[in-house]
Amino acid sequence: MKDNSAEQRVFHRRLLVAFAVISLLTSALVIRLVYLQIFGHERYASMAKENSVKIVPLVPTRGIIYDRNGKILADNTPSYSLELTPEQISNMPDTLHRLQKLLNISDDKIDSFQKQYKRQKRFTSTALLLNMNDEELARFAVVRPYFPGVDIRTHMVRHYPYSELTAHVIGYVGRINENEMKELPIAEYRGSTHIGKLGIESSYESQLHGKAGYAEIETNVQARSLNTLNETNPETGASLYLSLDIDLQKIAYDALEGYNGAVVAIDIKTGGVLVFSSRPGFDPNPFVVGITNDAYKALESSQDQPLYNRALRGLYPPGSTVKPFVALAGLQYDAINAEQKLFCPGYYQLPGVTHKFRDWRKGGHGSVNMNDAIAQSCDVYFYRLASMLGIDRMYDFLKQFGFGEKTGIDLVGEKSGLLPSRQWKEAQKKQQWFPGDTLITGIGQGFHQVTPLQLARATATLANKGQIVTPFLVDRIVTPNATLPGPQTHKGEIPLKAENIDAIVAGMVDVVHSERGTAKSIGKNIPYQIAGKTGTAQVFNIKQNAKYNEHDIDFKLRDHALFISFAPAHDPQIAVAVIVENGGHGGSVAAPIAGKIIKQYLKNRQ
Amino acid sequence: MKTETRREHFEPPSIIGNILRRLHIDIPLFIGLFFAALLSFIILYSAGSQDMGVLYRQAARISLAFAVMISLAHVNPYQFKRYSAILFGIGVFLLIAVLVMGEIGKGAQRWLDLGFFRFQPSEMIKLTTPMMIAWFLADRPLPPRPKQLLVATVLILLPTLLIAKQPDLGTALLVASSGAGVLFFAGLSWRLMMAIAAAIAALLPIIWHFMHGYQRDRVLTFLNPEADPLGRGYHIIQSKIAIGSGGIYGKGWLGSTQSELDFLPESSTDFIFAVFAEEFGLFGCVGLLILYLLIIARCLYIASQAQDTYCRLLASSLAFTFFVYVFVNIGMVIGVLPVVGVPLPLISYGGTSIVTLLAGFGILMSIHTHKKRLSR
Repeated sequence: MKDNSAEQRVFHRRLLVAFAVISLLTSALVIRLVYLQIFGHERYASMAKENSVKIVPLVPTRGIIYDRNGKILADNTPSYSLELTPEQISNMPDTLHRLQKLLNISDDKIDSFQKQYKRQKRFTSTALLLNMNDEELARFAVVRPYFPGVDIRTHMVRHYPYSELTAHVIGYVGRINENEMKELPIAEYRGSTHIGKLGIESSYESQLHGKAGYAEIETNVQARSLNTLNETNPETGASLYLSLDIDLQKIAYDALEGYNGAVVAIDIKTGGVLVFSSRPGFDPNPFVVGITNDAYKALESSQDQPLYNRALRGLYPPGSTVKPFVALAGLQYDAINAEQKLFCPGYYQLPGVTHKFRDWRKGGHGSVNMNDAIAQSCDVYFYRLASMLGIDRMYDFLKQFGFGEKTGIDLVGEKSGLLPSRQWKEAQKKQQWFPGDTLITGIGQGFHQVTPLQLARATATLANKGQIVTPFLVDRIVTPNATLPGPQTHKGEIPLKAENIDAIVAGMVDVVHSERGTAKSIGKNIPYQIAGKTGTAQVFNIKQNAKYNEHDIDFKLRDHALFISFAPAHDPQIAVAVIVENGGHGGSVAAPIAGKIIKQYLKNRQ
Repeated sequence: MKTETRREHFEPPSIIGNILRRLHIDIPLFIGLFFAALLSFIILYSAGSQDMGVLYRQAARISLAFAVMISLAHVNPYQFKRYSAILFGIGVFLLIAVLVMGEIGKGAQRWLDLGFFRFQPSEMIKLTTPMMIAWFLADRPLPPRPKQLLVATVLILLPTLLIAKQPDLGTALLVASSGAGVLFFAGLSWRLMMAIAAAIAALLPIIWHFMHGYQRDRVLTFLNPEADPLGRGYHIIQSKIAIGSGGIYGKGWLGSTQSELDFLPESSTDFIFAVFAEEFGLFGCVGLLILYLLIIARCLYIASQAQDTYCRLLASSLAFTFFVYVFVNIGMVIGVLPVVGVPLPLISYGGTSIVTLLAGFGILMSIHTHKKRLSR
C-alpha cells in the first residue's frame, strides 16, 4: 500500500537532512580554504612568490646496447646547439644578422627561430642551430665574447654506430608523441623527450629508460633559477647485452648485397639470436633527431621497402626447406621408412585427375629413397609422402616446430605466418580442402607461409633433436646494482625417435656434402659437416606445360631462394635460415650466405 | 482556481519574464546557472593563458548545453518517467558496446564513434541511472524494503562497474551517488544505510585489488603527496601553493602566477578551482560556494514542490549529484579527497559533461514548470 502523505513527510525530512549535510560539508570545504588561505597563506605565498621552489626533472641517461662481444650498438653522444636568451640580447636583429654571416645560417632557420622565441619567456633560451659540427663550434668559440646571451648547449642524442646494419634489430628512439605521453608514467618521464619506437629500443623501453631524478630549485617570481636546494640523482637506464654478433651480422648483410632478403642465425644451445638481418635496412639516426618529411617519404615509398622488417615480418612460402620436416613426419607416423624407394618420373598425378604436379627436374629423379629425396630435393617423393600422411597429420606435426605461430622473440610486431589446415581453409576461404592442397603443402608451396625467424627457429629445434628453441635477443640486462638474465625460456620438447632424426640429418648432410646435393658448393674444405636444405619459393604460378627460364623473366618475378642449415651436423651449435627475394635457386644464392656465417662462427670456436 | 490567482500575483511584470516562463524556464535557477557560466568565461580567460579560442569553444559548448536544457524543460516529466527504463537499458547497452570496442581497440575507450559524431555513453547514464531508480521505486510502497533495495543496488552497480572498468573513476562515482541519492530520498531506513556503508567498507580491499595501477597511485599519492613530487603529488602540492598564496583577497583577475608559470597542470580543466582561488582569494571561493549552494537550494526546493514520487526522487537526486560534483572536485583540488577526474561543474573547460549537467537542470525545470494545477 502506498501512503502518500507519510511518504511526503519522510521525503521532506530527508530534504532537510540532505541540505544540512550539504551545508556541513560545504562548511568543511570553507574551513579547509580558511586553513590554506589564511593560516597557510604566508608559507604558500612565499613558496609561490619570492622564492618558490620549482621541481626540475633530471633526465636519466639511457642504457647502452652492446652486442655479445661488448661492441656498442646504441649509445648516447653529445650534440651541441646554439641557443639564444632574448632578455640578455640588446639588439636581436643585429645579433641574428651577425650570427647568420658567421655561421652561414639559412634564412629558413632564422625565420623559424624568430617565430619560436617570441612564444617563449624572455629568460628561457631558444635553439637557433641544432647538431652543430666541429667547424661551427670552433668558429663560434673564437667570437663568443662578442655575443652576450648566445650560448652553446650540450645534450645527449641517441646514436647508432652501425646504422642500417642494426636498424631492424635495435630499432630507434624518437620524440614522445601525445598518445604515448598519456600512457607513460608521468613521474619517470618528466623531462624525457624520447622513447623507443621500434625494435629492442621499444621492447626494452622500461629497462633502458632509467628513472628520472629531480632537483628542487629556488626560483624567483619570474621563475628564474636562483639556487639548488636538493637533488635526487637520476638512475641510469640498464645496459643490454645482446646475443647478437655484430661481425656476423655484417657478414650476413654484406652477403645479401644486390638482393632484398633476410638472414637469421640462432645459437642452438641457448636460443640466442646471433644474426638478425633484413636487407635493405635504413639509417635509424635521422629518426632520433626527427627525420624530414621528404626523407621519410623516400624510405616509405621505396620499391625495396627498407622500413619493412623482413626477418620478423616477411612472409614467404617455405618451399623445399619444409621437406626435412615432412620427411620426419613420415618417419614418426610410420607412413614410410627411410630406405623405402619411390619412383619419380618427373611428375605426379592424383588418381582420376589430369593435372600434373611437376618435379623441378624435368626428367625426374628415378627411384629415390628418403636420403636421395632430401639431398636432391625430389618433389614427386614428397607429393607422394604428403599424400600418404594427409594434411591433418602434417599440420599436427609441423605445428610442433612453431610453424604458424609467433616464436616469442623479444621484439614487437612479429608475424605469426600461416600453417594451413583443413579447418583454416574452411573457415577462411570457405572452401573444402582438396587433395591437391595436401600435395603442394608437402613441398612447401601453397598456403604455407613462414617468417625467416620462424624458419631459423624450426631448424634450430630440429638440430636440437626436438628440444624446442625459443629465440631471444637480449642476453642480459645490466643495471648499476645487478645483472639480470634476458628472457630465456624453454618451451618443452617434441618427442622424436633418435634414429628418425639421424636419417633426416643424414639427408641434410648430403644436401651439402654429396655429389648430387643441391648445395654442394659450400661443403668443401671444412673440418666439420653442415646439414642443410635448399628451397625455392615460387613468386608466381607457372602455367601447365609452360617452360620456366629464369633468365627470361623479370627480376621481380623470379623465385625466392631459401636455405636452412645447421652445423656441425653432429654437434649442432648454430642454425641459419636465409631468404633471398628473387634470388632464383636456393643452392646457388642462399646457401653460400649461410655458409659464410657458419664458417666464420665456427672458425672462432675451434 | 486558487493557484491560478497566486501565479498571476507572483508573475514578474516584465516581458522577458513572460517569455522565459513560456519557455518553461525556472527563473531563479536560470539566473544562478547564468552567473556560473559567466564566471566560467572570466576564469577560463585567465587560466587558458588568455587564449580567445578557448573561450569560443567553451561558448559553443555552453550554448549547446543551454539549448539542450531548454529543450528538455519543455518535455513533460511524465515522458521522462515513461521512458526511464528504456533509456537506462540503451545506456547500459552502449556502455557494454564501448567496453567491447575498447577491448578490440587499445586502452581506455569511453567514446562510441557513430561516424558523424562521437558519443560518450557514460554521460547519458549519469541521468538515466537516477531516472531508472526513481522509476523503479516510484510506484512501490516507500521506504524501500530490503528486496527492492537489492534490485536497486544491482541496477546502480551495473553501470557503475561498467564505467569504472573503462576506467573512469570520477564518472563511476557520480553515477553511483546519483543512484544512491534516489534511495536516500526514498526514505531508505538509516539502519539499512549503515549496513550498506559497512558492506562498502568491507569491500574496499577487494576494490583495491581490482584497481588499475595508476588509480592506486592516485590514492597513495593522496595519502602522501610529498612521496611523489614529480608525478601525481605534483598536482596536489602545486594546487595547494596556488590556493594558499591567493590569501583572503586573491591576486586579482589575471594575477595568478602559478598557472601562468605552468606550475599548475590541468589549470583549465580539473584544477581550475586552484586558479580561481589564487586570483579571487577566500572571498571569491566563499562566493562561488554560496552560488553553488543557492543553485542546490533552488533544486531542493523544486524537489520539495514536486507533485509525484518519481519527480520528487529524480529532482532531489539530481540536486544531490550536483553537490557531489562540486564537493569531489573542490575536495580534490584543496587536497582533502583523492585525485579523481571530476571537473568543476559549470566552470571547467571542455568535456561533454557540461551538456549532461545542464540537461539535468532541464529536467528539474521541466518538473517545476509542468505541475498540474491542483484544485484542492
